[in-house]
Amino acid sequence: MFKTLVAAAAASMVALAAYAQDINPAVVYDLGGRNDQSFNQAAFTGAERFKDETGIEYRDFEIQNDAQREQALRRFARNGHNPIIAIGFSHGSAVDKVAAEFPDTNFAIVDMVVDQPNVRSIVFKEHEGSFLVGMMAAMASETGTVGFVGGMDIPLIQRFQCGYAQGVKAANPDATVLANMTGTDGSAWNNPTRGSELTRAQIDAGADVVYHAAGGTGVGVLQAAADAGKLGIGVDSNQNGMHPGSVLTSMLKRVDNAVYNTFMDAMNGEFEPGFNVNGLAQRGVGFAVDENNAELLDDAMLAAVYQAAYDISTGAIVVHDVMSDGPCPF
Amino acid sequence: MDFGFWISFFDSTLRSATPLLLACLAGLYSERSGVFDIGLEGKILASAFAGAAAGVLIGDAYIALFIAVMVSVFFALIHGVACITFRGNQIVSGVAINFLAAGLTAVIGNALFSMGGRTPQIPEDGRFREFPLFFADRLEGVPVIGPLADVLLNQPSFVYMAFLAVPFTWYVLFRTRFGLRLRAVGENPAAVDTAGISVIRLRYQAVICCGILCGLAGATLSMALNAGFVNNMSAGRGFIALAALIFAKWRPVQAMFACLLFGFLDASEARLQGRELWLVGEVPVQFIQALPYVLVVVLLAGFIGKARAPKAGGVAYVKER
Repeated sequence: MFKTLVAAAAASMVALAAYAQDINPAVVYDLGGRNDQSFNQAAFTGAERFKDETGIEYRDFEIQNDAQREQALRRFARNGHNPIIAIGFSHGSAVDKVAAEFPDTNFAIVDMVVDQPNVRSIVFKEHEGSFLVGMMAAMASETGTVGFVGGMDIPLIQRFQCGYAQGVKAANPDATVLANMTGTDGSAWNNPTRGSELTRAQIDAGADVVYHAAGGTGVGVLQAAADAGKLGIGVDSNQNGMHPGSVLTSMLKRVDNAVYNTFMDAMNGEFEPGFNVNGLAQRGVGFAVDENNAELLDDAMLAAVYQAAYDISTGAIVVHDVMSDGPCPF
Repeated sequence: MDFGFWISFFDSTLRSATPLLLACLAGLYSERSGVFDIGLEGKILASAFAGAAAGVLIGDAYIALFIAVMVSVFFALIHGVACITFRGNQIVSGVAINFLAAGLTAVIGNALFSMGGRTPQIPEDGRFREFPLFFADRLEGVPVIGPLADVLLNQPSFVYMAFLAVPFTWYVLFRTRFGLRLRAVGENPAAVDTAGISVIRLRYQAVICCGILCGLAGATLSMALNAGFVNNMSAGRGFIALAALIFAKWRPVQAMFACLLFGFLDASEARLQGRELWLVGEVPVQFIQALPYVLVVVLLAGFIGKARAPKAGGVAYVKER
């Protein structure tokens, strides 16, 4: 095993020497921006790690409005950047268009499937990570009622919701899951006041653990839960530190690894277009344990969750995916 | 749907209505004086950011509130200079204020905290929590009256301020000399000028009142209902407040009811989602979320009647030469 690793490392060093001149990567972030402490920041972390380890510079761009998506991608492609990673499902149509215009450039998009021969579609099995935090929520809940606040009623978010609900039921079949969506337009991702109202409503209805998948709106969700002395669950990045002791855990989506791996593959000449699925088995999703939530988790809970994580990665537990398996049965 | 459900519904309605009501009254002062203000949204956003940033950096809620109000007044004065002194188009200036606020808050926020325009969480001393009035906390165990008192008398101080501002505004507008002149200057500035009263000065006073109230609305969002600023967190409340103002035909008490209606719809969104309703069963989320807008159209078209704006609104005053 060790020998293969060394051999692989040596091979990648050789590859590095051979290809280092050739790659000129670029990242286009979504509206939240590079330092959003969440989704985009994870991408930034991955790109920085690549830069630190290989010494290869990359370019990045933070869009300010929707019209800039296509412009940014096209400009990077025209300037010879390769590969180009677009972060976020909203880049879908822009990537589709620009990838067709530059067939020799490799693109990657996170959270979206774009059917072009030169695009790698990086998707995460959010439902698997949500299943695990759902189990934890059910086990931490004293009232038997837990909440979910989503950003928009779209398949991507329904997937979080359904996986979470399934996880809750797996740990406690009698538990109730309250679910709310924030809105129908872009402001749904940046409306912490509404997020806080939704959370308070759920708490009034008996919920004592609330999970969010709502971007900036989630700041209000975690705040309201902490103010009421209840527990919140973060999403995408590790948000345990936002309210130490009041955030049960965070569902991690390893966008950083995805960005890093894509750059590495391109550098080693192994870039493959098509589906790139990151589930528990690929360590693409998970949950956060650190000093901020250590006291909230007990051994029984962790043992159950790790067992479930193992079962999911081996296929013994199948988590319902609303995007391929149809409407949520939970 | 028991008693506790309705209590929490009412509680949420009051909270959601508060920033709307403050912004709506702000617009009322300005528009009654003949200065249309599309820029309520921008002022709310700017003051929400200023309050949150000052709360984080200084850690004193009252100083932060003062700074939030000052920033809002500053933006109001930009609008004033553009529309009153330089007689610019009031709609264009208001739109410019909105863009300016959205851009500046993000840029300054990123420069100060490098969190993508977001501010860190405001420490406990820098924000306004619930502030129990009188004996509200002593009634806790009492059935019916206890929870009711909790809703009415145990709210962030902004909630009391907003609802006290309604009779205050009514009194100022309809029972004081200032109010009479303010209304006159919005209807017929030439007559006011003939009476020897400065139109320019009155309109500036109105615009400053507007700035103060917008500042309170912004501070409510970032310092009381939340503990920090997020990009574009006003989420269209300035425009809803404008709609409420037209709804109320530029009258303070009616404005309060209009804002309560919007607050009620906001609260119902949180509570009706996924619930079984009589006859129809479970209503789709999208329908619930569209309900406020549908209701506005229906009410405006069928029930409210003709909303007549102040006659001189939108027109800069030019003395006869």
